[in-house]
Amino acid sequence: MEVTGYLMQGFAVALTPSNLMWCFIGCFLGTVIGILPGLGPAATIAMLLPLTFRMDPTSALIMLGGIYYGSKYGGSTTSILLNVPGESASVVTCIDGYAMAKKGRGGPALGIAAIASFIAGTLGVIGLMLVAPPLARFALSFSSPEYFALMSLGLAMVVLLAGESMTKALLAMLVGLWIAGMGTDLFTSTSRFTFGNMEMLDGIDFVVVAIGVFALGEVLGNMEIREGAKMLPVPKGWRNLLPTWQDLKDCRFAFLNGSVVGFIIGVLPGAGSTIASFISYGIEKAVSKHPEKFGTGVPEGVAAPEGANNAETGGALVPMLTLGIPGSGTTAILLAALILWGLKPGPLMIQDNPTLFWGLVASMYIGNVMLLVLNLPLVPLFAQILRLPVYVLYPVIFGISMVGVYGVSSSLFDVWMLGAFGLIGYAMRKLDYPAAPLILGFVLGDSMERALRQSLMMSQGDLSILVSRPISAIMLFLTVLILIAPLFRRANAWRVKAIS
Amino acid sequence: MAKTGDIVSGSVLAGLGVFIIIEAKGWEYLGPDGPGPGFFPLWYGIAMVALSLLLVATSLRQRSGEPGKTVNWREVGRAMLAWAGLALCVGLLKILGFLLAFGLFTLFLVAVMYRRPLGTAAAVAVGISISFYLLFPLALNVALPVGRWGF
Repeated sequence: MEVTGYLMQGFAVALTPSNLMWCFIGCFLGTVIGILPGLGPAATIAMLLPLTFRMDPTSALIMLGGIYYGSKYGGSTTSILLNVPGESASVVTCIDGYAMAKKGRGGPALGIAAIASFIAGTLGVIGLMLVAPPLARFALSFSSPEYFALMSLGLAMVVLLAGESMTKALLAMLVGLWIAGMGTDLFTSTSRFTFGNMEMLDGIDFVVVAIGVFALGEVLGNMEIREGAKMLPVPKGWRNLLPTWQDLKDCRFAFLNGSVVGFIIGVLPGAGSTIASFISYGIEKAVSKHPEKFGTGVPEGVAAPEGANNAETGGALVPMLTLGIPGSGTTAILLAALILWGLKPGPLMIQDNPTLFWGLVASMYIGNVMLLVLNLPLVPLFAQILRLPVYVLYPVIFGISMVGVYGVSSSLFDVWMLGAFGLIGYAMRKLDYPAAPLILGFVLGDSMERALRQSLMMSQGDLSILVSRPISAIMLFLTVLILIAPLFRRANAWRVKAIS
Repeated sequence: MAKTGDIVSGSVLAGLGVFIIIEAKGWEYLGPDGPGPGFFPLWYGIAMVALSLLLVATSLRQRSGEPGKTVNWREVGRAMLAWAGLALCVGLLKILGFLLAFGLFTLFLVAVMYRRPLGTAAAVAVGISISFYLLFPLALNVALPVGRWGF
């Protein structure tokens, strides 16, 4: 089979000593990041991005990918032991995971989380391997109108799924578009929104925005409170981490549920692993013979969301690698990384860079095995990281952020902008404006404008080119539907209220 | 409190949208080759104004009986103090260089924000600064901002 042949080539790339080392470093860092509350994979990848400029892109992507899916493994540790999610997708694990730990079953909870993550993570990679290449071939027929429509649909889905207020999500996205437009217009060399500042002519670097909004915004939010949470005892010895045969039997549907739900949700731009874990938990509870026990500490309540969380990674990489559309804040940063390394994400990426794609896929198989080994017997060791005082951790994060941004172009102006975006990121957290739409608007803004202007150049200013082509028309129709659906729901609610 | 935040942020974003529209009007909207540099900004500026006004209107219409999320200003004050320290650190980078400026910022965070003894704060500040020096310029060959005294 063609796929088998490519996969073997991928393993040949992934199994080189240097790539194995980078895979391990990524998985290790990802686990640590996942365990540390207050620092997510998006912020970490953004901070480390400047350091990857000198690396081979394949090795760099293997490492950053390892951080991405590794953090999903580590996030469950704090959820279970501290009732504090290590990263946002682990929030659902707190419900039954912490309950299990309070009953003295913290070890099996950690073990189930690791096993579910491994099974679902591996199935997610299989999904990526099978879905991405045919999707990329289909997308080869896309032209500028289809790209504009696809990006519009991607952004619409992000704002729809971004939280309580769609208005705020749309506003965040528009701010992202505005920031992306700063600098010199590619078509006409006009300076836009540079405020007379020469340093703004090249626009604002993605790394500055990403680190500022995600890393600094998050840390400033965490610094509001001086004290940390109390940790439950960490089980000693790896035998105490193993779930019983009954636990594994109870979780067999949960493993499958998490894998399928996580992968499908991951493919949808904007959905994200938090939604995947909530949906998977909901499904598990709905089909359970004892739904009333959910919330009291049942293993399935840990297995389903953790599985979905990890399978989502494979799904989220599908649109990113094949269409150049990131599905979340973290994949937006990975997409920007590909561009910064001189690659062109999109349908031709797999065809033009097979070693990169298949090397990444193969390394994800290897990485999932590494993570199972790291997280099963070694999790008591990793949990000691939680004893690291925050007054050491947070200055380190500030420092790495400043060094990372300065390292891009040795510009103190960029460091000032970092501070400004840190404040914006913090304000967004306090005012419940989601950050992911801003980042996505920023990443896609330039490409979206370019696709629209190229489309209108092709049609000499006639907008109907966007709706006369069937694929583009369907995607734009779905975009409009997604954006106006909440209005219909609200109108219906008013009507029901008026009748009653 | 959540309503006040929405009203203020909505108003600020409406102002930003108006600014974007004014700027976009100064650029070409449609040229001989297609849309100009003013095309896209004009439309997202209009969208920003519309959505901001919608946010403000929705917040004003919310029933006063509904409890909003209250803001703990003490906590916000802590975060702002940390940010002010960061801003001062960035301002001092050109004069003192990264190691000194960042060391002082760390000292401030540990001693003032986390109320640790001065000795602990000094040890953490010196330790982290030295670690950064060993890791970035020495091991990874990544330049740090240098001050007037050459480090």
